[in-house]
Amino acid sequence: MNDTESKIGEYTLQFSIDLGDDSLMLGQRLTEWCRNAPMLEEDLAISNVALDFLGRANMYYEYAVELAKTTDGDFRNQSVDDIAYLRDSRAYRNLLIFEMPIGDFAYTMTRQLIVDLFNVEYFALLSGSCDLDLAAIAAKTLKESKYHLRRSHEWTLRLGDGTEESHLRMQNAVDELWGYTPELFEMTEAELGLLPAGISVDRAQLFDTWDARISQILSEATLDHPPGDWQVTGGRAGIHTEHHGHLLSELQYLQRAYPGLNW
Amino acid sequence: MSTQVHTPLYEVFVRSKRGLDHKHVGSLHAEGPEQALEYARDCYTRRSEGVSIWVVKSGDITCSQEEDAASFYDPMEDKPYRHATHYVLPDSIKNM
Repeated sequence: MNDTESKIGEYTLQFSIDLGDDSLMLGQRLTEWCRNAPMLEEDLAISNVALDFLGRANMYYEYAVELAKTTDGDFRNQSVDDIAYLRDSRAYRNLLIFEMPIGDFAYTMTRQLIVDLFNVEYFALLSGSCDLDLAAIAAKTLKESKYHLRRSHEWTLRLGDGTEESHLRMQNAVDELWGYTPELFEMTEAELGLLPAGISVDRAQLFDTWDARISQILSEATLDHPPGDWQVTGGRAGIHTEHHGHLLSELQYLQRAYPGLNW
Repeated sequence: MSTQVHTPLYEVFVRSKRGLDHKHVGSLHAEGPEQALEYARDCYTRRSEGVSIWVVKSGDITCSQEEDAASFYDPMEDKPYRHATHYVLPDSIKNM
C-alpha cells in the first residue's frame, strides 16, 4: 500500500471512530430515558431512537475494526466491544453536544432538534461518499434521522408554544445548548484529508442551511434564537466536559467489572 | 387550580406487508392524530409488523352491545340461502 493509500486508510479509520463515538454517546444518553419517560408511549419511542444511535455506533466500530487490520495504529486487534467500552475518556472523540446530560425533557428534545437537523443534511451528503461502506451506513442513518427530526420538530413546537413552564424550559435548553452547536461544523484533520477523495463531507458548508431551518422552527415555537456569543470545542481532541466521566462510568461498568462478558 | 386534561385513547390498526386488511393491534394515548400515528409506529411496528397504520379515536368507534347479540345475529342462523355455497369460485377471484 503506498503512502497516499495508507494515509486515506488512517484518516478513514479515525473518521469512522469519530462518527461511532458521536453515536455511542448520544445513544447511551438516550437510554437514560428508558423507564423514565413522561409517558409509556414516549418511553418506547425514545428508546427506539436510542437503539438507532447504538446500532449506528456498532456499524461504525465494525468498519473501524476492518480498517484497523491494515494499519499500525491504536485499534489494531481490538474488537468492537474493546473500542466501545474500554477506552479512557481522552481517547473518545465525540463532539461535546452528544455527551451532555439528558436534563429535562425539553433539554433532550432541544438537543435532538439541533442534532437531527444537522444529521438530515449531513447524512444526505455522506450517502454519496466514495467510501461505499460509509455511504451505506449514511443511507440507513438518513432514513432514521428523518423520523427523529419529525419527533424533535413536533416536540419543539408543542413545548415551545406550550404552557408558560414548558416555554421557559425550552428557552433555557436552547440557551444552554447553543454554544455547543458550532462544534458540529468543525472539520478534523482526517475529514479535511478525506475531502479530495470524496470520502468525507464539508461540515462548514452545512451551517447556513442548518441555521436557517432551526431559526424558522424556533420562531414558530415562539423561542428566541440565542446571540451565539459563546462557544465550546474540544471533543475531537479528546478534551471532554465534566459529564463525560460520569457517562463512561455507566457505559463501561459491565465490561470492566466482567471483562470479556458477552451475551 | 388545575383541571385534569384528558389525553385521548386511540385504537391502532396495522396492515402487514402480505396482508390485505388492517388488523386491530392495540391502543395508546396521544394528544392528537399525528402523535397517535407516530406512537403507533413506535409501539406497534417495532418488529416490522406492518407497512400501513390507521389510528382512530376510540371515542369515534361505535360498537355493538352484548345485550343486542340475540336480535342482531341469531336471525341469520337459519337463512342458508344467503350463502353462495353452491357456487364454485375460480382460483383467480378466491379473495373476493
